[in-house]
Amino acid sequence: MGLGLIGRKVGMTQVFQKDGTMVAVSVLKVAPNMVTRLRTPDRDGYTAIQLGTDEKKKLNKPDAGQLGDLPSLGTLREFRVDDLGGYEVGQTIAVNDMFAEGDLVDVSGVSKGKGFAGHIKRHNFHRGPKTHGSDHHREPGSIGPGTTPGRVYKGVRMAGHMGDEQVTTKKVRVVRADAENNLLLVKGSLPGGRNSLILVKKAQ
Amino acid sequence: MNVLDEIVADQIRTDLPELASGDTVKVSARVVEGGKERIQVFEGTVMKLKGGGIARSITVRKIASGVGVERTFMVNSPRVEKIEVVRHGRVRRAQLYFLRKRVGKAATLRERRTRA
Repeated sequence: MGLGLIGRKVGMTQVFQKDGTMVAVSVLKVAPNMVTRLRTPDRDGYTAIQLGTDEKKKLNKPDAGQLGDLPSLGTLREFRVDDLGGYEVGQTIAVNDMFAEGDLVDVSGVSKGKGFAGHIKRHNFHRGPKTHGSDHHREPGSIGPGTTPGRVYKGVRMAGHMGDEQVTTKKVRVVRADAENNLLLVKGSLPGGRNSLILVKKAQ
Repeated sequence: MNVLDEIVADQIRTDLPELASGDTVKVSARVVEGGKERIQVFEGTVMKLKGGGIARSITVRKIASGVGVERTFMVNSPRVEKIEVVRHGRVRRAQLYFLRKRVGKAATLRERRTRA
């Protein structure tokens, strides 16, 4: 719950802080978000604020119809809120309206896809010996009990698809909120690759 | 310039002299001791330069009371007050790890004189 902002990941760098220590930061481009629609319990059955960003030259007709007279925004996301807090359709929200240096934020994004990954990469299993006659190099070991119940339990950690799922990094500190360049600098790494869509909310 | 370079552009210092491996330098660093700040000078030989842009650092080595001491300074750090080049050493490699095995006169480098 709670309103957030839509941004895109730019990359990582390091900056010096006021006390002279250096900190690794992720850089997010958070252009002013426009309120595109308000969801109300009467009409929609829930309360949410829809924000839009990424102005495009042309949208397809259904998308353009949703936006009506608003600019052609290519990316829309909804944030569930308890009350609409005086927000109105057409209003824009900039980075510094919501975040300031020192705030803690929760950041969601889609992690980099790793494809079909083995259990070592996916679940941090140990590997077997490389030599001394070992044939047990990257095997997962026993996956089920031997005699009772004589089958593999559901949910046993095995190789499979990894990454490309929504990940939220919680309680990340804001190092700088730069309204002039529409940038948000937060400490540490974030899910996803460059240019991937990121949602930033105040930490719960 | 890309966005990442622009962010750090105002933190990269331009007031520092050109540095090279083998140079003898005096680094004035601000240190905080018991809530008070003072400037500590560390003089020694630049053993290596590392990194570029905002993350550039130098490792300076000196022999202090018979013990080799190496300190790494983030060159662009606001804690570095100034860096002074005392003399240039003539060296044939970029990383002077061989200095670690040398003591006394063997650990000195011949001077590289440049025409003024």
